[in-house]
Amino acid sequence: MTTTLSPGVTSWTEGRPGAVDLDAHTPDGPIAQKWDKHKFEMKLVNPANKRRYHVIVVGSGLAGGAAAASLAELGYRVSCFCYQDSPRRAHSIAAQGGINAAKNYPNDGDSVYRLFYDTIKGGDYRAREANVYRLAQVSVNIIDQCAAQGVPFAREYGGLLDNRSFGGAQVSRTFYARGQTGQQLLLGAYQALARQIGKGAVKMHPRSEMLDLVVVDGQARGITTRDLVTGEVTSHSADAVVLATGGYGNVFFLSTNAKGCNTTAIWRAHMRGALLANPCFTQIHPTCIPVSGDHQSKLTLMSESLRNDGRIWVPKTAGDTRSPDLIPEEERDYFLERKYPSFGNLVPRDVASRNAKEVCDQGMGVGPGGRGVYLDFADASQRLGTDVIRERYGNLFDMYQRITDEDPYRVPMRVYPAIHYTMGGLWVDYNLMSTIPGCFVAGEANFADQGANRLGASALMQGLADGYFILPYTIGNYLAGTKLPAVTTEATPFVESAQAVSDRTKRLLSIKGNRTVDSFHRELGLLVWEHCGMARNDAGLRHCLDEIPRIEAEFWSNVNVPGSGEELNQSLEKAGRVSDFFQLAKLMVTDALHRTESCGGHFREESQTAEGEALRDDDAFAYVAAWEYAGDAPPVLHKEPLEFDEVHLSQRSYK
Amino acid sequence: MNLTLKVWRQPAPGQSGRLVTYPATDISPDMSFLEMLDVVNEGLITTGEEPIAFDHDCREGICGMCGVVIDGIAHGPERATTTCQLHMRHFHDGQTITIEPWRAEAFPVIKDLIVDRSAFDRIIEAGGFISTDTGGTPDANAVLVPKVAADRAMDAAACIGCGACVAACPNASAMLFTAAKITHLGSLPQGQPERYQRVVSMVKAMDEEGFGTCTNIGECAAVCPKEISMDTIAAMNRDLIRATIRRAD
Repeated sequence: MTTTLSPGVTSWTEGRPGAVDLDAHTPDGPIAQKWDKHKFEMKLVNPANKRRYHVIVVGSGLAGGAAAASLAELGYRVSCFCYQDSPRRAHSIAAQGGINAAKNYPNDGDSVYRLFYDTIKGGDYRAREANVYRLAQVSVNIIDQCAAQGVPFAREYGGLLDNRSFGGAQVSRTFYARGQTGQQLLLGAYQALARQIGKGAVKMHPRSEMLDLVVVDGQARGITTRDLVTGEVTSHSADAVVLATGGYGNVFFLSTNAKGCNTTAIWRAHMRGALLANPCFTQIHPTCIPVSGDHQSKLTLMSESLRNDGRIWVPKTAGDTRSPDLIPEEERDYFLERKYPSFGNLVPRDVASRNAKEVCDQGMGVGPGGRGVYLDFADASQRLGTDVIRERYGNLFDMYQRITDEDPYRVPMRVYPAIHYTMGGLWVDYNLMSTIPGCFVAGEANFADQGANRLGASALMQGLADGYFILPYTIGNYLAGTKLPAVTTEATPFVESAQAVSDRTKRLLSIKGNRTVDSFHRELGLLVWEHCGMARNDAGLRHCLDEIPRIEAEFWSNVNVPGSGEELNQSLEKAGRVSDFFQLAKLMVTDALHRTESCGGHFREESQTAEGEALRDDDAFAYVAAWEYAGDAPPVLHKEPLEFDEVHLSQRSYK
Repeated sequence: MNLTLKVWRQPAPGQSGRLVTYPATDISPDMSFLEMLDVVNEGLITTGEEPIAFDHDCREGICGMCGVVIDGIAHGPERATTTCQLHMRHFHDGQTITIEPWRAEAFPVIKDLIVDRSAFDRIIEAGGFISTDTGGTPDANAVLVPKVAADRAMDAAACIGCGACVAACPNASAMLFTAAKITHLGSLPQGQPERYQRVVSMVKAMDEEGFGTCTNIGECAAVCPKEISMDTIAAMNRDLIRATIRRAD
């Protein structure tokens, strides 16, 4: 079947069912026993043989760092690559709020099943049940592991771990280390990795960027990298490759991601045959500091925990430019409390974001450009006292003041949604293996566990679950059960890959046009934010599919990348990443266009309830959309049906 | 506002560099320092010059990748602020700003404002961890950690490894960085078994990297964006002496 989008523009094709093996390899049996059963049934590599296997891990964040350290501890030879100057800088470090685990320490009714249930529901029923159940199961091990590593979690006076409720959860299951949970968990993984580097069990390659995946006879057998200091292009062979390279939120240019975050690793793997799933599932975080001008290079998130005590409001009248303290109570619209009396300000991220956009679209937004809503702590300060507010949110208030020059203890914060996380990513089975044998994908880079929307404090949980507790088992199973003929980087696929990477670099450098890389990136970002951001509709998405190729074509004929390829060249790095963002953007938009239902972070304006809430279409869309790369031909859609045996599908309601 | 920048330009490691003057025009006070450099770089690229290379990533003050010396002060004039979180409202129209890389023998310049801080990684590799393989750990609540110890550990663990302490120290000492990790791990019950071996190994690695020694000047703590206290250095020295005596036993 071929679907034409608009005449002569583009289209996608639907793959023949069974053309690609999308078997998730989910173990049989009751959901609570699947992982234990699978762990028993998986093959083991003899301890003496482990050192014969070489595993490449790309990325050193929570998923990559944890996987590299754990695999080396088991005895495998590991090489780890990151683009930063040190593995300690991966963007997991910026997560503020916390990490969920079904420990039920507060005795408030949590359980593995409840965490599983909440995560499936929070993801708007677009994740695989068995994966999510396993995630909830190993969440408890993560906390044990991190505490043993010396992660300085918040404690009660008796010395026990403290928990808090987060992101609208009805139980307190979030562990945290002040407002720097991601940093502390990452440093735990980094230190475990450093221990293995020191022992010689991991060879670390910082300031190295993966620019291609090497596939030999259908198996992932290595990668090609560019040394970001010398420009040298090198191929590396291995028995398995782990991609833990994060999300693609920077396709929007302005996001809460680090500047270097990119899609190149997963896009290159996609081009080599790995299917990419649900790229239109992107998450918008409701409480970021609004854009202050055209110079803006990135957006800064204010932790979701602020919504525990802050109240969100806008003036009732459009265009009301009075200072917030001059707007009387009866002229304010606390729109989340009004529309969602039971969850109020604590509704999930997608709901909070959409509502903020809606009031701003209606002209009630505050601050420069009218793209902002107030997050007000006046009531909480009165109720709890400023000292308590300072203790809870002091570091966030300081950060806000540093950026905006406004004192949130005196005037309400202004916040606006921004792209924060991408749920889509490379398709993986229950073993976290992509459709290319030997290519495993972990953390934000895969699509697996968050469904169409991620709950707060779940990203850290997933990254560490994949890295510490899942990949060390499933990679062993793969290595033990797979014939892996010896390969060296002299083999043709490696030589060709290195040549292709070098050629591409030369091509980017040779254009010498009139526009900077950033100017193209901004143009692309604005376009997809406008039409494939918080709300999407048919006409806007089609417009994107017309416009993206136009911008991309201009990029390839008019970009100016100064300098050479044989040196540290940040413009060249950016150019390579942006060129892949164009391609990813087209697929993201195509996916958004094909999924005519709304679910989670994907809001199609055509599919909403009478009250303006996201309306799923389970009959038509309860599947994972896994896209196959087809070169110049339209991408091919394959479907993995999602079956729900445990959780009853219902319309999410936070009223 | 309009500014004049004097920026260290150095094409490659080991080559000589020099300060080059650039105008920075039409700068908004709401820009971060790095966004100001972005604007200058966009202009340089358009006029066919190579942009100024500088390290940066998260731009929210936590990854530790950015850092330049601004008018002689590591990370610039604001206390407890990384370069990426420093905003142009702290400068005035017409000001001349000198921008240099971290300067220390152990941090060789790679290009322009980018230096090689891998020596920090090697210090951590020498012992900046608690040896726990994945799995087999006790229940997280089985080990009680007094709140004061947890808070003290967290204060020290806040270090982002940016290297400003080294850049600010006249001796280019890495004591604050090393002591922060030793204090973090040494404050916790989990860190006790390796406590003395850790301090010996890490200090040895630190010395081998060519960092200078501490003469209690305190510039490190003054520029630290995470306000790590010099108390950590005292704690490290105490542990080092204890470790030496223990070995003598």
